[in-house]
Amino acid sequence: MRNPLSEKIVTIPPSGIRKFFDIVSEMRDAISLGVGEPDFDTPWHIREEGIYSLEKGRTFYTANAGLRDLRVEIHNYLERKYELSYHPDKEILVTVGGSEAIDIAMRAMLDPGDEVLVPQPSFVSYVPCAVLAGGVAVPVELEEKDEFRLTPEKLLEKITPRTKILVMPFPNNPTGAVMRREHLVEIARIVVEHDLFVLSDEIYGELTYGEEEHFSIASLPGMKERTVLINGFSKAFAMTGWRLGYACAPEVILKQMLKIHQFAIMCAPTTSQYAAIDAMKNSDADVCHMRESYDQRRRYLLHFFEEMGLECFEPLGAFYAFPSIKRFGMTSDEFANRLLQEEKVAVVPGTAFGDSGEGYLRVSYAYSLKSLKEALGRIERFVNRLDGR
Amino acid sequence: MREKILAVIEKNSRIDIRDLAILLGESEVAVANEIAEMEREHIICGYHTLINWENTSEEKVIALIEVKVTPQRGMGFDKIAERIYQYSEVNAVYLMSGAYDFTVILEGKTMRQVAQFVSDKLSPLDSVLSTATHFVLKKYKDHGTVLCDEFQDERMLITP
Repeated sequence: MRNPLSEKIVTIPPSGIRKFFDIVSEMRDAISLGVGEPDFDTPWHIREEGIYSLEKGRTFYTANAGLRDLRVEIHNYLERKYELSYHPDKEILVTVGGSEAIDIAMRAMLDPGDEVLVPQPSFVSYVPCAVLAGGVAVPVELEEKDEFRLTPEKLLEKITPRTKILVMPFPNNPTGAVMRREHLVEIARIVVEHDLFVLSDEIYGELTYGEEEHFSIASLPGMKERTVLINGFSKAFAMTGWRLGYACAPEVILKQMLKIHQFAIMCAPTTSQYAAIDAMKNSDADVCHMRESYDQRRRYLLHFFEEMGLECFEPLGAFYAFPSIKRFGMTSDEFANRLLQEEKVAVVPGTAFGDSGEGYLRVSYAYSLKSLKEALGRIERFVNRLDGR
Repeated sequence: MREKILAVIEKNSRIDIRDLAILLGESEVAVANEIAEMEREHIICGYHTLINWENTSEEKVIALIEVKVTPQRGMGFDKIAERIYQYSEVNAVYLMSGAYDFTVILEGKTMRQVAQFVSDKLSPLDSVLSTATHFVLKKYKDHGTVLCDEFQDERMLITP
């Protein structure tokens, strides 16, 4: 029999998360701080809209780009939150999660050999999506000393004549890093100078802590026409299982993304779309409440990391902390594995998010205070043992 | 800081001050002082425990009584309310808008005990015009907490 597989797909390594997941699944009574999703249920009023839509028999396809009402609400939301104005009929596409948007944006924009700059550590999908779309993924290794921000120097270092897309994964999973307006201004200048496009994944935008709110690079002058803005409902509205996201882009790009979406997906799930209309319209208070709750737990985690001597820069976005374990002389994999075997706490090795994650762990704080407390106690015991205390 | 303290301890009054201070990014002393101050000002009026008596062997009957009254000269609603809330079996008294005046929530060991309270104590009060007693059959949610289901984290252990 001939080899049934494509060479391209076989050479893509499976997600580093997957590998660890298989180990963890076999452990009973492990406490996990390894989850990349909210611990809240979707607010009831949103779920109820989904249920109503089913009761009313709204079980058909929607327009390829998504329900118009939803696109209008997305338009309103972006205008209200980030002073961004996207045309509901031409510049907004409702997708199956932010992940689909990443995929089809790459496919719509890349020709073979085009280079995609992927700042790392970052979400696991950018590199494979770039490769599957025929592009060449070029990691940009971010460092803790820059608070895991993309700096102009690091960006310039990796730009070549073939560079086409810059991925901007902020607020960042797994580091919790954010880029403020002043940082983005510098990046935008380079992007324009080198005629690049930006894929800005702002799925954690609502989960930004501290004085300043999230700021979108697309709202800088001259950037809207160069940016594919990706966002979604999973994180801010605790709707991961609904599989719903969206992409906003200039018409010329969005039209081609829509074509791929049309052939590969048809449309995002109808029930989810009806629920999402309510999420966009009526959830400011819920989002605020959840953000405050994450923020409290963020402080809690950081406090105890500091107390047990686990170095960690202050994450200001998403719901992860990214402590350094370099001083223990172990790889992230070793540390995570031993922590799991010896104390039954599951965290994700930083290397699952790119080579530059070596020496770090991703610790999610989307857990109840009780679980965090228990897990932190165990981590502390483990760290003390390593320190010979 | 007050609102934030209240939001946390309304759901979890047993949290220790140290944890609370860390969560809010405040010093322990500041949080303790604020709580003491709120106790003095009767913003915080107590720290009770939410008990699901149905899961104990204890027999308890809870009734909600609608009470209509005529406020009498020199004796407004507050005075009448006081006559009602002084009874230790009375759990809560609210002045209502609408079809009746007071909601009285009453706890007793048996239905008979509750009935007796209504007929012997409540109804004979001068200002009370009428009462309607409703017995609670089952508590689903109380103080913002769902009593009947157990929380389970259904998320996968590791996700990207």
